[in-house]
Amino acid sequence: MTTGMTGNNDSDPPVAAKAPPEPKAATQRVIDDVLAAYPEKLRKFRNKHVKPNDPSGTDKECEVKSNIKSRPGVMTQRGCAYAGSKGVVFGPVKDMVHLSHGPIGCGQYSWGGRRNYATGTPGIDNFVNFQFTSDFQEKDIVFGGNKKLAKITEEISELFPLARGISLQSECPVGLIGDDIESVAKTQGEALNLPIIPVRCEGFRGVSQSLGHHIANDAIRDFLLGTKEPMVGSGDYDVALMGDYNIGGDAWASRRILEDMGLRVIAQWSGDGTLQELASAHRAKISLLHCYRSMNYISIHLEEEYGIPWEEYNFFGPTKIVESMRRIAEHFDDSIKEKTEQAITRYEPYFAEVQARYGPRLAGKRVMLMLGGLRPRHTIGAYEDLGMEVIGTGFEFAHKDDYAKTAKELGDAVLVYDDPPAYELEEYAKALKPDLMGAGIKEKYVYHKMGVPFRQMHSWDYSGPYHGVEGFAVFARDMDTTISSPSWDLFTPPWQAPSPAPALVGAGSDV
Amino acid sequence: MRNPSMRQIAFYGKGGIGKSTTQQNTMAAMAEQGKRIMIVGCDPKADSTRLMLHAKAQTSVMSTAAELGSVEDVELEDVLREGYRGVKCVESGGPEPGVGCAGRGVITSINFLEANGAYNNLDYVTYDVLGDVVCGGFAMPIREKKAQEIYIVTSGEMMAMYAANNIARGVLRYAHTGGVRLGGLICNSREVDNERELIEELARRLNTQMIHFLPRDKAVQRAELRRMTVLEYDPEAPMAQEYRTLARKIDDNKMMNIPTPIEMDDLEQLLVDFGMVEADMGDAVVRTKAQEAALVATR
Repeated sequence: MTTGMTGNNDSDPPVAAKAPPEPKAATQRVIDDVLAAYPEKLRKFRNKHVKPNDPSGTDKECEVKSNIKSRPGVMTQRGCAYAGSKGVVFGPVKDMVHLSHGPIGCGQYSWGGRRNYATGTPGIDNFVNFQFTSDFQEKDIVFGGNKKLAKITEEISELFPLARGISLQSECPVGLIGDDIESVAKTQGEALNLPIIPVRCEGFRGVSQSLGHHIANDAIRDFLLGTKEPMVGSGDYDVALMGDYNIGGDAWASRRILEDMGLRVIAQWSGDGTLQELASAHRAKISLLHCYRSMNYISIHLEEEYGIPWEEYNFFGPTKIVESMRRIAEHFDDSIKEKTEQAITRYEPYFAEVQARYGPRLAGKRVMLMLGGLRPRHTIGAYEDLGMEVIGTGFEFAHKDDYAKTAKELGDAVLVYDDPPAYELEEYAKALKPDLMGAGIKEKYVYHKMGVPFRQMHSWDYSGPYHGVEGFAVFARDMDTTISSPSWDLFTPPWQAPSPAPALVGAGSDV
Repeated sequence: MRNPSMRQIAFYGKGGIGKSTTQQNTMAAMAEQGKRIMIVGCDPKADSTRLMLHAKAQTSVMSTAAELGSVEDVELEDVLREGYRGVKCVESGGPEPGVGCAGRGVITSINFLEANGAYNNLDYVTYDVLGDVVCGGFAMPIREKKAQEIYIVTSGEMMAMYAANNIARGVLRYAHTGGVRLGGLICNSREVDNERELIEELARRLNTQMIHFLPRDKAVQRAELRRMTVLEYDPEAPMAQEYRTLARKIDDNKMMNIPTPIEMDDLEQLLVDFGMVEADMGDAVVRTKAQEAALVATR
């Protein structure tokens, strides 16, 4: 059992704050101190997942191990394959009904948990805010859920005749009892003349939501991609916007930049996207990939199968936006390059204004992050554009290639942690004393109580967009309001308390 | 009220070995001796109580639940039938082959029976479980507070003995967590050479007993065709007497042991030792008949 707060850090542990001669050694001491609380076996295991950064990426000792099973007894922040498929990849596709197939909890308790905005009329061409579930009962487990599933597809097509398709998001029991949902999808799809996509994203598969992304990508590849043509015909500047889930309107902000560059977005995957866009993205001239972790599979497939190149980009903060715009423009002719430069020229005063306004208030502030598979890397530039510094970062479910890219974005000896349990992250924060913590809802109030300003960076803390030009202004404002809030002056963090905080009796002693 | 001395026993064994037949005949004999009995069929085919009820496939718990909407809607009297000499019969039921989860059906049904007082005022509850314990659901009847006594129906045929050994492994697993014990092997004869000696030896190796040797008798088949136990169809038949003997032995049985399953090699050697395998060379090496003959010729 891990109880997180150990209450035994009364004295300051060694800190890498004053740039000691050997920064990596100092970071390693922080790691060693925190991991010392573990039994030897777990310590050895976790030691491979937490490293001081080596920006050159050549030091084998600094390679972070990732994408393997979390250890029992620690509290991981990871999700499951169903979360990756239903919650992330399919969920934002607005004109389809996404059926949580299995017992009611998975769908019900994740309902509305993700702020993937979508335009349209609820129940007509937008089902994002609905929750559909087959609500398995004992009898469905025992006799199998196929008959019920067939009935549900009929009900959906009757009640929502304008839904363009149905995705069947498998929950664990569907896989356990071996229901053949593929056959139901096929026969009912033909009977109802409706694309029905079976997705075998049972939660017990894989080590995190990451496999769910892959499974969802494969399902789109196998059942949708290439089955339709774009409704807007075809053009030389058609692009597919991939891996943007429109959290707080992110995809709209990103799309505006691409349009300013003279490009035409024929498909949004999958924020505010439609089935038509998933099915016709093979006609794009390039696929532009924002969240590499969750959609590289389909971009690679588009390249291999259709010869469409892909380019990873980053629309957080001026530096990365401008750099990404120019890199994307390289794939097109001079007219696009020209429009790109014009757009950059237009944006620059705006960026400068944002930086002038918030930079002085944020300069020198130190940030720790712990998020999914993209933002712990992609937001680094945006923080740096505001004069802030990322002193610790890590992913819930990134793979080796993500960490290799991340290493280059960070300074020497910055603390990098993979899938850190609640206990570890809290202890690292106590050691590094960041001015801002960016993680998820499960962490938020813990850090508030620790007196650490906190942004919930999965959902943008009910704000956004953070992508794109105007997104940078929102990002800068939110970081400022969080860090500069006068409420923090009302707290006395434990390390500034005149006498040591009282130990928690009976709690956490056996960590 | 639950009878504190109620015994719960389960019959396991290879598919087709005669578990249902042996169980129903034995329980019919028990009923003759005045015992109050419930038979719980734990097989999706729902045919464990056919000889008691003179009917194929009684209404099962799960099929009734599916019809009514949920298992909470089922009443005990919907699914509990009385058969020969007042023996209570229940079938858990389950899905068609190839769909759903039959194991979960067993768990759901037994939970239902417990919750609805089906176990009251009984001397014996017996569980008839399908051939292979393919998943946790089919082990439900031998978990804690369920059947504490297991009888394995077997014959002298190799595969039946393999299955018996495997079932002993399952019993061993639950013996340490729940307290289930092996009551003995019932040899349902297939008229294999040295069958009695073979099963007695297997029983000894498994740390149990061959509680009874049931000879092969056409009376069983004749009764089955009429959807009856031998005890009902022809109470005077010698085979009816055999079942009465088995019933009495079970009722008197005090030998409840934790089994000691044996290795496959040992099991094969057992077959060699008792002359089951054509072991001219005195071993059980993989050789064709021709190879064996050639080897003999070189001696």
